[in-house]
Amino acid sequence: MNMVVCVKRVPDTAESEVHIDASGKDIDKSKLSFGINEADNYAVEEAIQIKERLGGTVNVISVGGKDSDEQIRMALAKGGDEAIRIEDPAMAGSDGFAIAKALAAAIKGMEFDIVFTGALADDDGSAVVGVALAELLGVNHAAYVKKVEILEDGKKIKVGRELEGGLMEFLEMELPAVLTIQTGINEPRYASFKGIKQAAKKEIAIKSLSDLGLDASEVGEAGSWAVLEKFTPPVVGEMAEILTGEPEETAAKLAAILKEKGLV
Amino acid sequence: MLGFQLSEEQKAIQKVAHEFAEKEIRPLAAEYDEEEKFPQGFVEKAFQAGLTYLYVPEEYGGQGMDFLTACLVNEELAWGCCGFATILGANSLGITPILVAGSEEQKRKYLNDLTSRPSLAAMALTEPEAGSDAGAVKSTAVRQGDFYVLNGTKCFISNGGIADLTTVFASTDREAGTRGLSCFIVPKDTPGISGGKKEKKMGVRASVTSEVILDNCRVPAENLVGEENRGFKIAMMTLDKARVSVASNSVGIARAAFEAAVDYAKQRVQFGRPIAEFQAIQFMLADIATDIEAGRLMYMKAAWLETQGLPFTLESAMCKAFCSDMAMRVTTDVVQIFGGYGYMRDYPVEKYMRDAKINQIWDGTNQIQRVVISRAILS
Repeated sequence: MNMVVCVKRVPDTAESEVHIDASGKDIDKSKLSFGINEADNYAVEEAIQIKERLGGTVNVISVGGKDSDEQIRMALAKGGDEAIRIEDPAMAGSDGFAIAKALAAAIKGMEFDIVFTGALADDDGSAVVGVALAELLGVNHAAYVKKVEILEDGKKIKVGRELEGGLMEFLEMELPAVLTIQTGINEPRYASFKGIKQAAKKEIAIKSLSDLGLDASEVGEAGSWAVLEKFTPPVVGEMAEILTGEPEETAAKLAAILKEKGLV
Repeated sequence: MLGFQLSEEQKAIQKVAHEFAEKEIRPLAAEYDEEEKFPQGFVEKAFQAGLTYLYVPEEYGGQGMDFLTACLVNEELAWGCCGFATILGANSLGITPILVAGSEEQKRKYLNDLTSRPSLAAMALTEPEAGSDAGAVKSTAVRQGDFYVLNGTKCFISNGGIADLTTVFASTDREAGTRGLSCFIVPKDTPGISGGKKEKKMGVRASVTSEVILDNCRVPAENLVGEENRGFKIAMMTLDKARVSVASNSVGIARAAFEAAVDYAKQRVQFGRPIAEFQAIQFMLADIATDIEAGRLMYMKAAWLETQGLPFTLESAMCKAFCSDMAMRVTTDVVQIFGGYGYMRDYPVEKYMRDAKINQIWDGTNQIQRVVISRAILS
């Protein structure tokens, strides 16, 4: 089974204070720590588990600057074989569709059975890249995948998709395919020190747009369908009722509201 | 040339250890502290994650980390919970006598076995009347044919009674004091070794601390580590490493406390503003951050000396005393910053204070460290 996993380096905003930067188009990342996008971490694990069971290769791809090597190397340390990083100044401002174009250009020439992406990125939350990538590659896809079963001949797979309310939808599809992986599908391993040392020796192939046969106008803002205008903090009070007063008072008001709405 | 840059590999494993501490240790820390119970399944998790026997060379199945890298990992694990970190730290302590003085055959036989599975190791030196005065060890080892027969009671042994292998220090010549100590490898299934009283502790309560009782424990003569009567030197070489590990643990605890204090100070409002806006709190936090920075540089220097094969006994004693005293001071101040809430067990900071304390005591009290330091500077 030849597999490709797309990974993204994202800031960890779960337990940090987030501020909009001076440009108004991004958050201030100077004090944030970074890691692999959570769903991508599960995607890496799924690919490596399949490789361990059935053999094959796992090729890791990321779009980003040199910092992204950290996430790529961690995926290599866990069992990835080769890696590509797409870096080009013209990529700035790309939406999910433009990112997918760059990924598709890199993947197109490879022999692959399954391409894995995370279902959703922790930073922009678009859930676009995987599905757009499948369209651009002209292959089948399934999104929010929480179970992958390779059928015996290795030409088909059965996938379980997580629907709302905990329902699972099962599909069979022919390979090659793109699967966007939902968190919780497996238990991602920790990279070992031995793996980390081996990964340090591997080469990460850096590809520019011209290496991929793409024109600058196909990516960035010019090649995107969606352009980010600005970030604004949520407006306080518009949708919410703010209770004021002493704790005893506000607690009583809150209890009354919950009761009135039949929520308790 | 002077460099403070960690390698990419060191930063990567530091990150892995941090994530492991965050996901596998922190969520359990309060419960196992409160109930003072050993976390079943934890060693298996650490084994699978590749975080056991950190500085055992790969040829003996270990992780093959240099000592500095291992200490960076220790710091992260102790940041998660010093009790959990102690379980793995006691493993490393337990096998270090074999690593520093064991024969090739002993290393192959025992280290390869321990590193191949989730296992526990312990080192048994301390006795009720032989704490700082290691030469006062009363446990005896008497040669009988191809065996040594060990008798005595060891106390305060981390992983004691549950370890798959214990390195035991016993006297082969009672008259000779420290020059009569010998070190033995005692696997768990050796008849005559057992766990005694399990201690109830102030801190590091997820780890087991127990007596180890030797009752006519017959150990094959080939399990003698190094030479007869040269055990004290082995113990000291082992403790040189252990003390740097203690220092890295102390920095981990102090850092955990510091991070909690920064978060709390930004949120806690008194007199109409967050207490982080008061200079009294700002200066405490500034001192804490400075202390932690100094402590980390000290243990990293000591560990680096070890990786270079240079003497590090003095630096080891210095960083052990400094970092554990620092962690005690820092965690006490952090409880102060939290005020009344800090004293309550609902918040983690009183635990940090309890966990910090043992680091001033074990692996040579900080008074003994000062003996080591003053001897070195006055000799």
